[in-house]
Amino acid sequence: MEAMPTARELREQIRQKKISSVEAVKNIFDRIDRYEPLVGAYISTYRDRALAQAAAVDERIGRGERVGPLAGVPVAIKDNMCTRFGRTTCGSKILENFTAPYDACVVEKLQAADAIIVGKCNLDEFAMGSSCENSGLQRTVNPWDAGRVPGGSSGGSAAAVAARLCSAALGSDTGGSIRLPASFCGVVGLKPTYGRVSRYGLVAYGSSLDQIGTFSSDVADTALMLQVIAGYDKRDSTSISEAEAPVADYLAELDRPIKDLKIGVAREFFDVAGLDEEVEKAVRAALTRYEEMGAKLVEVSLEHMKYAIAAYYLIATAEASSNLARYDGVHYGHRTSRAKDYIEIYTLSREEGFGPEVKRRIMLGTYALSAGYYDAYYLKALKVRNLIRQDFNQTFAQVDCLICPTAPEPAFKIGAKLDDPLKMYLTDIYTISANLAGIPGISIPCGFTAAGLPIGMQILGATFTEEKLLRIARMFETATDWHRRRPMMKEK
Amino acid sequence: MQVKLIVGLEIHVQLDTQTKMFCGCKLAFNDPPNSNVCPVCIGMPGVLPTMNKKAYEYAVRTALALNCEVARFTKWDRKGYYYPDLPKNYQISQYDLPLGANGYLEIPLEAGGSKKIRIRRVHLEEDAGKNLHEGMDHSQVDLNRAGTPLMEIVTEPDLSSPQECRILAMELQKLVQFLGVSQANMQMGHMRFEPNINLLIEEAAGRFRTPICEIKNLNSFRALERAVAYEQWRQQEEWQRDHNFTLEKLGKQNRGWDDNRNETVFQREKEEAHDYRYFPEPDLVPVVMDEAWLAQIKAEMGELPQAMKNRFVTLHHLSEYDAGVLTADRETATFSDITIEKSGTPKQVANIITQFGLKIANERGCRVNEIGVSSDQVAKLAQMMEAGTISASAAATLFEKMLTDSRDPQQIAQENNLIQQSDAGALEKVVDEVIAANAPAVAEAKSGGKKSGKARGFLLGQVMQKTRGQANPNIAGELLDAKLKS
Repeated sequence: MEAMPTARELREQIRQKKISSVEAVKNIFDRIDRYEPLVGAYISTYRDRALAQAAAVDERIGRGERVGPLAGVPVAIKDNMCTRFGRTTCGSKILENFTAPYDACVVEKLQAADAIIVGKCNLDEFAMGSSCENSGLQRTVNPWDAGRVPGGSSGGSAAAVAARLCSAALGSDTGGSIRLPASFCGVVGLKPTYGRVSRYGLVAYGSSLDQIGTFSSDVADTALMLQVIAGYDKRDSTSISEAEAPVADYLAELDRPIKDLKIGVAREFFDVAGLDEEVEKAVRAALTRYEEMGAKLVEVSLEHMKYAIAAYYLIATAEASSNLARYDGVHYGHRTSRAKDYIEIYTLSREEGFGPEVKRRIMLGTYALSAGYYDAYYLKALKVRNLIRQDFNQTFAQVDCLICPTAPEPAFKIGAKLDDPLKMYLTDIYTISANLAGIPGISIPCGFTAAGLPIGMQILGATFTEEKLLRIARMFETATDWHRRRPMMKEK
Repeated sequence: MQVKLIVGLEIHVQLDTQTKMFCGCKLAFNDPPNSNVCPVCIGMPGVLPTMNKKAYEYAVRTALALNCEVARFTKWDRKGYYYPDLPKNYQISQYDLPLGANGYLEIPLEAGGSKKIRIRRVHLEEDAGKNLHEGMDHSQVDLNRAGTPLMEIVTEPDLSSPQECRILAMELQKLVQFLGVSQANMQMGHMRFEPNINLLIEEAAGRFRTPICEIKNLNSFRALERAVAYEQWRQQEEWQRDHNFTLEKLGKQNRGWDDNRNETVFQREKEEAHDYRYFPEPDLVPVVMDEAWLAQIKAEMGELPQAMKNRFVTLHHLSEYDAGVLTADRETATFSDITIEKSGTPKQVANIITQFGLKIANERGCRVNEIGVSSDQVAKLAQMMEAGTISASAAATLFEKMLTDSRDPQQIAQENNLIQQSDAGALEKVVDEVIAANAPAVAEAKSGGKKSGKARGFLLGQVMQKTRGQANPNIAGELLDAKLKS
């Protein structure tokens, strides 16, 4: 196991000139050269650009100038966030050669923080999937076991952090797409409250569910990354204003534990058929650990949890069917060469450009919005969503957080769930309700299976309580060692 | 057999904001294709709309002027359909919670009197771009117009003739121009009309309704009136030929207007009913209209043209005609109002503006407040005319000078010998002089014979000449007559 500094440690070392940013970036690219051929985390990498930026940061530090909070730190970005440089593919053939004419808000913020963007990571096509197997461009494997999936949809970002091919990464989470791969890859993954981070420049999948979040090797790095990307953006009408929910200082009190911590344990979360024994054991052990730290466990009930997956797959797909309508071969992206008229430009470009899961979800969403079906499906799902929100509101009036497994099982074998899409959808059972309710959730490593696969524990909090959530997570991290374990990397 | 024409009108009005409905691109006409675009209005991956507050206020202003109930809570919806000029392949619009509803507009009828046309709803949406096909084997897409704020006004089917449709359209044009929310320039395509037309036919055998025909995208008053008239004729013909031509059997149809052949034509493309799959726009938050905001919009609205016109008639005792001319547009109305206020002589002000001001403004293609005269000057001129200080003909000359001279009209008149001499004392002296110097003419005038009128005119002319045209001809004439009598 190679000991590597966390993003925070690296930042300090660079600032103190113990290591140059150029050296740090070179180290990363050395590792990429050795391990990327097997892992396949990156769709694009920017060696020259990164080295040039690193050199510029080193120079400014050399001159004693003030630099940003992530100065010189190599980070990666999921390839569904627009960058002016390179391509933004969304893991799809339909955008395989697309270059965005603008940077996403979070990209602007990372660059303003002087982070070094190393590359764009692989994902399930248009963020639709739970294993990263739906990418239309390449395959990513789990660094812990190359025969297994890294999780999805932000599989590339999770794998890159786990394999130390970057210090930290950004992902997006619509139904669990950060938390699930974080748990499969043994890293920390945070989905902030809906509206905490600007979606401007995030290619939309489920607009009322999507949120950009972070991958890192520990909770302190998570706090550092969140500090950089959080905040109101006037270009995103759904981002929360500073007045309504000011951005906290996530690092200031991070190591101060929550006194009289009350942890909600929802019976619906542990009643799940298909919950792996080892996963349950690890999470219950973690709960015991919290009790030893002085926390109290409170049994709670989330009455409408059983409808969450159905509601999600109606709302997300409905919004997706509309958000993906723009990929039509007319304005940008892939255009078919076989069209005889403009209707065929639409139909053939989309047929050629979209993968099967994307097509499936577009069809499902279109159906849910159709005349005659809207009330029974989409509208009903919106009502269920409100009920789920209420369940959480009532629960958080009694407890500080909820804890449960992040996934019902550890990383599964590549191809194991491809025969039945519904089987794949059930992987999201723990994560999906947080997106419906808009609440923040974090997955942290809490154990390993006998076969050496990471197990993740999910902590959910009330809206805009990331500061408290991170402290709760940090409590566990300080008392344990799981997050320090790294996979043995093999070269191809 | 009784045939009643029933028409409901949908009007799209382009708002005169600085930027588009959901992004910061500017609105411009005739700029090079795709030069006023950005990632948002092109519909690039990852972009988000942000609402143009001014556009919303303009639409609410219009809804208030149309006597609508203004929604205190409303939202945006996505209307989905595929077309190359619609980059996102959905349009952001308002579906079931329009910002205004249940209003009316009173229109003047050609035969006299007026009629209330009920307004069903007013809502906002974004316009699409333009497809260009002319003379090519392919189409080109210009997205400059994509994202332009469009206000949609829908009437109830209260219109009963092609003329009423035209009048309603023209009244709406005047109204939105007056409110300052749209230039409503027909040449620039700022207003588009879609009439929904059918007939109610009553005869011995019963009552029948013909299918409702929607005519798409008419962009002139003339085309609107003609298309409605054509449909009125066509539908009756169809029904008389085949009594199966009914609403029950055929429902709703779409037709286009062929301006060259002066007829409506069947549109195959749009024949299938669109399922737009409306759902609430998740990228935009609902709009809450609280009392403070509504009050602000009302305050910015100012007086409505109808109210202003009535005020000119009842308070200033102007004729309906004059009041109408003066309140035809906001600039003229404001100018007239201020000037009348300053002068205290409404009738004179009306005369000056209608006879001199508007004539010049129309020649120059601008408004009366832009031709160079200030309301102070016009007010002063009006007072001078009222007091007889200046004759009507001299006033015309003085007005000309006022266009390029910003000084007090009294001063300009004096310098140019335009002041009318109305002082009887001073004039009497001149009259005496003229009488003394023209004995033969005086005798002729006194004689009462055939040439006496001409002689009198000659004498009066002499008075005018001696005063260099400044004598008040009425007073001079009176004095002359008095002296001739004696």
